[in-house]
Amino acid sequence: MNDMSSEGYTTADGRKIGGTLMEMKNITLRFGGVKAITDISFDIKEGEIRAIIGPNGAGKSSMLNVISGFYIPQEGEVWYQGAKRPQMKPYEVARQGIARTFQNIALFDGMSVLDNVMTGRLNHMTTGLFAQGLWKGKAEAEEVENREKAEKIIDFLEIQAIRKTPVSRLPYGLKKRVELARALAAEPSLLLLDEPMAGMNVEEKEDMSRFILDVNDEFGTTIALIEHDMGVVMDLSDRVVVMDYGKKIGDGTPDEVRNNQAVIDAYLGVSHD
Amino acid sequence: MTQSSEATGGLCSVPALLQRNARDFGSKAAYREKEFGIWQSWTWAQAEKEIEALALGFINLGVNEGDFIAIIGRNRPHFYWTMVAAQSVGAVPVPLYQDASAEEMAYVLEHCGARFVVCQDQEQVDKVIEIQDGLHQFEHMVYVDPRGLRKYDHHALHRFVDIQAQGRAAYYEWIEDLKARREKLTYDSTCVMLYTSGTTGKPKGVVLSNRNIIETAKNASEFDNLNAGDEILAYLPMAWVGDFIFSVGQAYWTGFCTNCPESPETMMTDLREIGPTYYFAPPRIFETQLTNVMIRMEDASAFKKSLFDYFMAHAKKVGPAILDGKPVGFMDRMKYKLGELMIYGPLKNTLGFSRVRVGYTAGEAIGPEIFEFYRSLGINLKQLYGQTEASVFITVQPDGEVRADTVGVPAKGVEIRIAENGEIYYRSEGTFVEYYKNAESTASTKDGEGWVATGDAGFFEPETGHLRIIDRAKDVGTMADGSLFAPKYVENKLKFYPDILEAVLFGNGKDRCVAFINIDLTAVGNWAERNNIAYASYQELAGHPKVLASIQSHVEEVNKSVAKDEMLSGCQVHRFVVLHKELDADDGEMTRTRKVRRVIVADKFKDIVDALYDGAPQVSTTTEVTYEDGRKGAISATLSIIDAKVQAVSTQKVAAE
Repeated sequence: MNDMSSEGYTTADGRKIGGTLMEMKNITLRFGGVKAITDISFDIKEGEIRAIIGPNGAGKSSMLNVISGFYIPQEGEVWYQGAKRPQMKPYEVARQGIARTFQNIALFDGMSVLDNVMTGRLNHMTTGLFAQGLWKGKAEAEEVENREKAEKIIDFLEIQAIRKTPVSRLPYGLKKRVELARALAAEPSLLLLDEPMAGMNVEEKEDMSRFILDVNDEFGTTIALIEHDMGVVMDLSDRVVVMDYGKKIGDGTPDEVRNNQAVIDAYLGVSHD
Repeated sequence: MTQSSEATGGLCSVPALLQRNARDFGSKAAYREKEFGIWQSWTWAQAEKEIEALALGFINLGVNEGDFIAIIGRNRPHFYWTMVAAQSVGAVPVPLYQDASAEEMAYVLEHCGARFVVCQDQEQVDKVIEIQDGLHQFEHMVYVDPRGLRKYDHHALHRFVDIQAQGRAAYYEWIEDLKARREKLTYDSTCVMLYTSGTTGKPKGVVLSNRNIIETAKNASEFDNLNAGDEILAYLPMAWVGDFIFSVGQAYWTGFCTNCPESPETMMTDLREIGPTYYFAPPRIFETQLTNVMIRMEDASAFKKSLFDYFMAHAKKVGPAILDGKPVGFMDRMKYKLGELMIYGPLKNTLGFSRVRVGYTAGEAIGPEIFEFYRSLGINLKQLYGQTEASVFITVQPDGEVRADTVGVPAKGVEIRIAENGEIYYRSEGTFVEYYKNAESTASTKDGEGWVATGDAGFFEPETGHLRIIDRAKDVGTMADGSLFAPKYVENKLKFYPDILEAVLFGNGKDRCVAFINIDLTAVGNWAERNNIAYASYQELAGHPKVLASIQSHVEEVNKSVAKDEMLSGCQVHRFVVLHKELDADDGEMTRTRKVRRVIVADKFKDIVDALYDGAPQVSTTTEVTYEDGRKGAISATLSIIDAKVQAVSTQKVAAE
């Protein structure tokens, strides 16, 4: 069904997936004596939804933090858009077009939803503090343009009704959506989602799944996500990396992963009774 | 009845009115919609171009004269354009309730044989795709919002803007055809077909002609002096006749501007931003707003609260009199002015009512306290009585003669007759043409002389000439002892309490009345929060002893008031139960316009009704519920049945026939 050559493939539902956008080569990450990630390699192709799954403590979030530049692996290379990425600060990674959301929501609580989304536009603003303070000429035009972009995303994620509401007053599910909005506002080429469904009820999960699919479909954004909810992962993603104790134990389409004995043993088949 | 189109200056169709508006009010706003945080607007001239492009696109797509075009979506300019574009090409627009289930939609689409469906987004597209195999005539679907639809098979699925673009591209091919079709429209061509929700049985397609709509719009606009400068907010379902009369009929007749909210959730914010001058809402909305105001005042500081209470008490005393232009003392007037500055003005601004010149409520009875609250603030809220078959207006309250318990005098051009059994009949220029493909129902509703049975029982107050509605004629019955049974009358009294959302009274043919009650989760939930009452679900809150006690006190209050009415004193509630679930349209217990389907409720909850009559102290029951996505589940509960005190009635009079 899927032709997984390095130069892209076509998914079951007919989407064209492009070439490699990011490649992790033999990544190892240690915290003191603890090995969080051991020699992991995988790639993310342009336009696909790539999931990283695994039981608690498997190293999923660490992996995401390596991608976003939060952690610097002791070994291995990160290749992005065809070039080896040198050591970078997270904000430099963000400027390269990688945006993310966090497992434990990290929004500006006192600010409105709109302002939070606008902060996502930061990397697209060129005028200085002084010019923006005076609100003249180019600064004004720039803000109008950025506001327009932010509004498109607010419309897209259907959060118009809370546009002016301070984030601290929102329920959890909506905060998650606002985080997604802020990440989208950066117009990323790679979007990282850290447990986008954690703590949500069924309806919120369904909404979030639809938004993720729509983001991928509408903006062509490549998405890498970590998720606990197996059902969601299998429905959403094109390819799945399975981790356990910091190692990669499986990689492939949801169907392949589901039938992989190592994965079943490590994750799906483990009984906690 | 044979009034010709001369009365309307040769303007005998909605597309003709559009041409006039584009000419006379070309640069004035016709439509606004909030999108991307900004109010986008279209002038009449621009609207005319948009509609023309769409109409040409329709012809290009193969729409024939006499075709039906179904419209499924929330209030957006695009759908209003679709209606007028459909009329322009000689087709008939059929707006549907967007929250209807797939089966309900299938019935309507099959019944009218719609070849084309114009809908809002993926949700509706999916629904139609689900049912399209069963629809014989269905051919093409058009959608407005492309989100998520990219991967769909597009051979019979088109984007709204693409249809318009194709129309523009084929301008020279089709413009003559379009003009010819537009010319052919007469006062008697069908303007729109609206499906009534129907409290019993399948929905019926009400055919309304241009005459119906334009005459009604004209009369009603003249009655309230509506003009091109007015603004309305279009937020009620497009499938409902009221929205069609206000947002199409009157908007096109007078040339006023129709504003569409950004989303259903932002409606209140949008209302405030637009500040409509002409406003319509069912009682439920006014009730919710009042509840919200009161809840928020409970949380306000003591000083603000006392200021609010002080001035509201004054408003209650003199506000309605000032609004009606009756004499009021100088000091009272001054104090009211001060109140306007301190409380009423800011409150009206918050509610979005600062500019309302004419406001209407209809559809259900409105609680006198609610009605008085708004009128005391200086908002000219009035009642009207109408139905789809009448193109809305049957009776309406003139300025200065507004009361909570009547529905006003016959609207201009409407004749009313009360039959022997109390049923109200009317006839007017607005009287519908027929029920589509249902000659039998047409004949049983409308007689040869054009009189239409409303199905409501009522009477004219001798001293004022105002009409009062008692109940649905078929719901009015007799009790075992022969006294009158009018459930709606008692239910409305119950529903006027903010913590009672819905009530259903039983007792036809029985010796006493019993009732079902639904609590209002917003009001009761807030009350619970303030009183430190913890609850995990609707069901738990509904069964809380304190809630039951407060409902009991309401029921007993109502019994006292019912006992005073000698005709209806038999309708006092002897026993009642607070239901474990809200009555819901998805479960078929209510219509989409939220009217209780009595027969279905009585049948579905038969075990509870029986328990109410056999004296059991509680009843265990299991009820099937339908979730929004169509899945079914069941909830079971043990409900306590409560006895309410009833008032002794001295002389049991037999109701006058």
